[in-house]
Amino acid sequence: MADKKRVANLKLQAAKCRQNVLRMVRAGGHGHVGGALSSLDIVTALYFDKMNVDPENPKMEDRDRFLLSAGHKCLAQYAVLAEKGFFDKEVLDTYGKLAAKIPGHPDMHKLPGVEANTGALGHGMSIANGMAMAGKLDGKDYKVYAITGDGELPEGSNWEAAVAAAKFGLDNLVVFVDNNGLQISGDVTKVMDMRPIDEKFKAFGWAVKYIDGNDMNQILDALDSIPEEKGKPTMILCDTVKAKGLSFGENKAGFHFWNATEELLDQAEKEMAELVSKLEKEKEELV
Amino acid sequence: MAGKKIATRESYGNALKELGEKYQDLVVLDADLAGATKTSTFQKAFPDRHIDCGIAEGNMMGIAAGIATTGKVPFASTFAMFAAGRAFEQIRNSIGYPHLNVKIGATHAGISVGEDGATHQCNEDIALMRVIPGMTVICPADDVEAKAAVEAAYLHDGPVYLRFGRLAVPVINDEESYHFEIGKGITLKEGKDVTLVATGLCVSEALEAALMLEKEGIDAEVINIHTIKPIDEELLVASAGKTGKVVTIEEHSVLGGLGGAVSEVLGTKCPVPTLRIGIEDTFGESGPAAELIKKYGIDAESICRKVKEFV
Repeated sequence: MADKKRVANLKLQAAKCRQNVLRMVRAGGHGHVGGALSSLDIVTALYFDKMNVDPENPKMEDRDRFLLSAGHKCLAQYAVLAEKGFFDKEVLDTYGKLAAKIPGHPDMHKLPGVEANTGALGHGMSIANGMAMAGKLDGKDYKVYAITGDGELPEGSNWEAAVAAAKFGLDNLVVFVDNNGLQISGDVTKVMDMRPIDEKFKAFGWAVKYIDGNDMNQILDALDSIPEEKGKPTMILCDTVKAKGLSFGENKAGFHFWNATEELLDQAEKEMAELVSKLEKEKEELV
Repeated sequence: MAGKKIATRESYGNALKELGEKYQDLVVLDADLAGATKTSTFQKAFPDRHIDCGIAEGNMMGIAAGIATTGKVPFASTFAMFAAGRAFEQIRNSIGYPHLNVKIGATHAGISVGEDGATHQCNEDIALMRVIPGMTVICPADDVEAKAAVEAAYLHDGPVYLRFGRLAVPVINDEESYHFEIGKGITLKEGKDVTLVATGLCVSEALEAALMLEKEGIDAEVINIHTIKPIDEELLVASAGKTGKVVTIEEHSVLGGLGGAVSEVLGTKCPVPTLRIGIEDTFGESGPAAELIKKYGIDAESICRKVKEFV
């Protein structure tokens, strides 16, 4: 079990990052909040606890790499990178604007900390493979973390990548499946049922862990035991809640992409501010 | 030199091996075709830097993109059909869009694949690759040019599509004096009546056709456009302005390839009557390569006949 202070701090950071997501939605009026908020706890844990990254030197040679195969979840990455200090938070206010550094899908040449241009689904795992293979070739010990969505898994290229990652023994690769159960047109299992996801990856030669991807304790426990098995890539199947943290949007496919109304955005900001205050108090009480 | 024939895929494999000694950051990927793409030549010398990705070209291109982000220079190799065709969207989005330093070594382009037939005869790859912003597209004519092109591609910062053939083709360039520069066409023969613009294996056919035309009293200029993108506009416009008639010749569809690229330039900058010789809007078929080249009308005799009718 992860240390209480460590968990309390990360929960607070995640809430602040959710505020950053809302700030971008405020600026742009909309956004792919569903998957961003379901995967945000994982991204927060990676950047604030696990990854060897330096906001002052985002291209540091031996840094750990992170990428979103489901690039539309980019609000999560932007929010975390901003909170971590990779760029000025005012950039968040440009979301949805022409020539913004934070476009609708991430661009490695626009924003420090972004490692690949993703968003065309089914590409990320292959790119992550390449990054991990290059690390192995050079005898470096950096790790590569990628998030894919459950709705993205029917893309066959994922399975090309999955079998290759196992063949090449990429135990420096960790892929999270953000298993929020909903995609743009509804229930993932109705659109294309990929279950059992964990068994499929196991059959492809991966070490698999199954956790609650919105539970910071479980995320940290999983991250602390990587590689799950030496010589194998690790897949962490994360059950998550779509639009986690939006009281009115959780587990609703309609919030895959949210065209925000003033009223609901006000409500979300208020609730998130209250959560941040509560978590700050909880953190202080532990000191 | 006369009579010597080498397939440009052989040149590709040999060049990779030579460059592999020189450049430690060069990595070669293949999709179960190392024996055919000739990356096996590199593989034997540098087994640790040769990665067989299996028959999964989309994933291979993604891996190449990921490797390129770390500063290495990957050459991803497979048949043109499965590079430009199967993996188009990976190339477009994961390599082209972020302008990653990936080189795509596509062999077995065009109908000269021969007996494998239409499923493997890619006559569309130049069209597919040249519409990707920032993609350099090179189609070498012979062994000398192919080897020079591979090194130029390595030294170039950005994605490059290299098009090679399966069939052994005549060596027309002199290794000692040959100079390759991306984007610079080469005038192989000066003439005043008509300009023959060729690429790939059609360059030697065009040269032979020019000799035949000479006997018929037609003085043809022959230009080798090894780089289809960025294309040498200056050279094309100057030659078209001089001869007033242009014929493009390629082992590729007459739609969207060299003929398309040349027509785009001339239509805007120097409109002249233009004839596009290539694979008409049709699929190929199984057969011996030399016979296919004749049947589809891109051999020297067919070129000579078509040019005579045109001028």
